[in-house]
Amino acid sequence: MSTERPESLERDIRGLDRLELPMEGAEARGRRMWRSVWPKLVATGLALATWQVVVWTGWKPPFVLPPPGRVLNELAELVGTARFWSAVATTLRRAAVGYAAAVVLGSALGLAVTQISTLRRAMGSLITGLQSMPSIVWFPFAILLFGISEAAIFFVVVLGAAPSIANGLISGVDHIPPLLLRAGRVLGARGWVSWFHVVLPASLPSFLAGLKQGWAFAWRSLMAGELLVIIAARPSLGAQLQFARELSDAPALVAMMIVVLVIGIGVDAFVFGSLERRLRRNRGLIAT
Amino acid sequence: MTAPRSHTVKAAPLSTRTAVEINDVSKTYGDGRSAIAALENVNLSIQEGEFVCLVGASGCGKSTLLNLIAGIYRLDQGAIAVSESVGLMFQEPALFPWLTVEGNVESAMRFRRVAIDRQRIQELLKMVHLEEFAQRRPHELSGGMQQRAALARALAQDAAILLMDEPFGALDAMTRTILHDELERIWQATGVTVIFVTHDVREAVRLGDRVILLSSRPGRVVDEVTVDLPRPRQVESVHLVEVAKRITDRLRQQVRRHVD
Repeated sequence: MSTERPESLERDIRGLDRLELPMEGAEARGRRMWRSVWPKLVATGLALATWQVVVWTGWKPPFVLPPPGRVLNELAELVGTARFWSAVATTLRRAAVGYAAAVVLGSALGLAVTQISTLRRAMGSLITGLQSMPSIVWFPFAILLFGISEAAIFFVVVLGAAPSIANGLISGVDHIPPLLLRAGRVLGARGWVSWFHVVLPASLPSFLAGLKQGWAFAWRSLMAGELLVIIAARPSLGAQLQFARELSDAPALVAMMIVVLVIGIGVDAFVFGSLERRLRRNRGLIAT
Repeated sequence: MTAPRSHTVKAAPLSTRTAVEINDVSKTYGDGRSAIAALENVNLSIQEGEFVCLVGASGCGKSTLLNLIAGIYRLDQGAIAVSESVGLMFQEPALFPWLTVEGNVESAMRFRRVAIDRQRIQELLKMVHLEEFAQRRPHELSGGMQQRAALARALAQDAAILLMDEPFGALDAMTRTILHDELERIWQATGVTVIFVTHDVREAVRLGDRVILLSSRPGRVVDEVTVDLPRPRQVESVHLVEVAKRITDRLRQQVRRHVD
């Protein structure tokens, strides 16, 4: 095979390629980080300031609405205890196991619905219905079925998260540009090859959105579950929250809420946020 | 090309030099009163290694014919015999946005479940002049570069017949001219048979050994012009424009027919 070409054509092509490529100036890593961090710091500062101002107005007595300083002190103390870390570990383990089960079940369900049209007609609206059902509604039934046990919590976490995950996959498959499917077919992709190499990657953005929403629902369901299903001698974040309420320990209660919020934000930002950013960058979905 | 071609004989064995034989092919969309005849009694024979351009106004069934040859559409009537495997390229690059340029070329091998030939991928990337951009994503490339990547991917199918459905239609004139040179060079280097659909008559005359004129609704072969201008041709050359003018006049006659 000869790959020779006239010199002039070679230069034309190279020149045109240079001109057509977008100009990019890479921003320094440190500056980029700072640009994304400072608005968050300012927002946090403003929230704390507002909180402090409300406390100063004397709207509620400080043993009901403690000032931010006391809560942060409490939080610092809490972080030093083994009991706290054991609670965090229990809750995170439950979140991981429950969410993993929801991912497996939700993906399987979504896959089945996209493949079998009868199943879709039968289950399509049911999945959406389940998705909009507040997970707390499931708890009485779950406790009846499984008693006060982790199984009851898992049951509700899975029911809370799986529909979103299934729906994400279904809508991803529904919105694949037909041209890509055609391209796949022309290139010889059939059956599972087509599924694995075309359909799945093409539906990934929507599937990821479903996974992210599923995580939010799982985390919510888990917190609701831990408030209701308290297992003796096994501290969890929800149980700690409940104890703080029973003891009217407002600083500990608010400190726990902050922990729940921080974990929720952390998983969203570091797991889903970075996955999403990578996906969008790879596919050119980030406006510059 | 050094890589072996897969010889899949889809129909009765053809005479040694025929790549595609189209025999009395008709295709109708819809049925009853609303039926539209896209193609009617089309006969066409294309030789191995030939560069054939199909031109016609809108609704002449050019794309339908390509899809029939590629085996994507079902045939209503007639027969199409294809001597070897067929690759297809669209007007849009249709690259997979989650893969790099190299990954896209590789997909042509992966999807058919044949062994991935790294060396050949590099050769193809070099051939379309994208070796520097192998690790880029499609969105980072210009339209012309994307279309060249799609060409490399189509060639990676190891098809001896390349069907091209207005592949340069969406590109600017400058890029298109350069890609004409590129495609011609690659065609000459590989000996692949090209069936190229366009509605740009000059493009057809620039590239084709033969230009097939199709009428519209129903699509029928109304004429064919053998272009015997020496290669490489220039779109701006007087001789080329002359040939193109003759073909355009002929096509306009066909379009005018539809007023009555």
